[in-house]
Amino acid sequence: MKLTREEVREVAYLSRIEMTDDELDRMTGQLGAILDYADMLNELDLEGVEPTSHVIPMKNVMREDVVKESCGVEKALMNAPDRFGDFFRVPKVIDEGEGH
Amino acid sequence: MELCTKTASELIGMLRAGEIDPIDIVDSTFKRINEKEPDVKAFIAVLEESARKRAEELKDADRSLPLYGIPVAVKDNMCMRGAQTTCGSKILTPYEPPYDATVVEKLKAAGAVIVGKTNMDEFAMGSSCEWSAHHPTRNPWDLERAPGGSSGGSAAAVAACECAMSLGSDTGGSIRQPASLCGVVGMKPTYGAVSRYGLVAFASSLDQIGPFARDVRDCAMLLDVICGHDPKDSTSIDREPPDHVAALDAGAAGMTIGMIKDLFGDGVEPGVRERVSAAAEVFEKMGAKIKEIEMPIVKYALPAYYLIAPAEASSNLARYDGVQYGMRENADDIVSMFRKTRRAGFGAEVKRRIMLGTYALSAGYYDAYYLRALKVRTLIVKEFEKAFAECDILMSPTSPATAFKLNEKIDDPLAMYMMDICTIPVNLAGLPGMSIPCGLSDGLPVGLQLIGPTLGEQALLRAARAFEIGSGICGMIPGEKTD
Repeated sequence: MKLTREEVREVAYLSRIEMTDDELDRMTGQLGAILDYADMLNELDLEGVEPTSHVIPMKNVMREDVVKESCGVEKALMNAPDRFGDFFRVPKVIDEGEGH
Repeated sequence: MELCTKTASELIGMLRAGEIDPIDIVDSTFKRINEKEPDVKAFIAVLEESARKRAEELKDADRSLPLYGIPVAVKDNMCMRGAQTTCGSKILTPYEPPYDATVVEKLKAAGAVIVGKTNMDEFAMGSSCEWSAHHPTRNPWDLERAPGGSSGGSAAAVAACECAMSLGSDTGGSIRQPASLCGVVGMKPTYGAVSRYGLVAFASSLDQIGPFARDVRDCAMLLDVICGHDPKDSTSIDREPPDHVAALDAGAAGMTIGMIKDLFGDGVEPGVRERVSAAAEVFEKMGAKIKEIEMPIVKYALPAYYLIAPAEASSNLARYDGVQYGMRENADDIVSMFRKTRRAGFGAEVKRRIMLGTYALSAGYYDAYYLRALKVRTLIVKEFEKAFAECDILMSPTSPATAFKLNEKIDDPLAMYMMDICTIPVNLAGLPGMSIPCGLSDGLPVGLQLIGPTLGEQALLRAARAFEIGSGICGMIPGEKTD
């Protein structure tokens, strides 16, 4: 299946990575080559095979609901690129046109 | 012989006998680092001040601590207070973690002296260390060549005797492949054997922390310190860990070692094939039985991995958005800020994998790519189970080639990915694997990969130690000791 530049543009948007047209062209070629290689998996008969997402049995791990020391506001904010009081400050979130 | 060239077990003997103090080792180590770093560049950060302070504190501490006074380096994707953890990425420059990774805590409690944070491919994605946002690392055996990756800095630092041992992480071969290319011992333990708390996540179902050392005994010593259950990592295996050092001297006699025929194919350099075949003869000499094993599924591991690992990475790396830590590029609205920050902060390989993973998980392609890859993973797990019904451990080359030249593969992602063709199946099945040096080919180290069943680290170490004895290849140092 052939990957188009428009699909790659959409993937870049979903990935939240800004890209120029030149970069999109290069990425289209490179991702296409990797996906062509991955098509090798179509050679296998996978009828009735269960998927494995983890090799060890995964179960929810519960602990007692007791209050313990946590990291604290200062530590949590020590790496903040932009801090406002006890908050992380970000550019405006609403009133945003979903333009690609 | 300078102290920095000694193994940890030799140093511990001298320390306990009171012949030397931790500060003597630190002096020798930083002298070496100052000599070697301009060429090798194994470190992102050298932590001389804190290491000296630690060595002074240790002088009067309990000398029976398992890594008392031993200089250890830590890959820059493991959190450590008081130092930067950049993960080889611009997007985490700067980032100072407010806590220690469990492995770092364990190193400190064991009396180790942490000498620095080592270079790596950005977010552990790469096989040459060339994708580091800081600088490439060079292979101590030939400075024109790559040390392998992604834990290339940890491997090169041990090979150049800039530390006695180090920690790396292995998602698809990132400990074993650089160990192979740098002529040192490296082990990826069973998935879940070592806590990942404080390890910056790449592909969470595959990532595992493990040791580098110049010989098998040191590798076992470091493994003993870091492994064990951690309540802070719910995927860490809840069991009493065994004594790996105690398992070392059991010998290889009576073991059945399977040679994976499918990993000796055309893509393997003749020099590598020759050394690894010679290793099989050493095992026979040591009383093991070599059995040829066919595992046709292993050739599908690489394409499956390049769907599964990027899919997990695309989700794990969503957290780098310029909000809580790391760098930010300003913009008027938040989505533009995310996109500009990630554009400026991530390098080419990381972007490629995030996008590949996003695509493989996206509506319409999930079944065709991601789900298919997970089913192939099941087949790989089963084929290993079948092999371990007949064999105690398996062997193959670690890397199909010796160290390649810097810049040789940087523009060809698939050619770079092929460097991990022998190591990736092991991660997909969650098994323990190690690479040990098995000689040189044209002056460059060749690595032998040993693969064990789940929690079969003791069998691997026992066979690896027997190989050192049988071959005489132990503790190679470039330019100083070549067998």
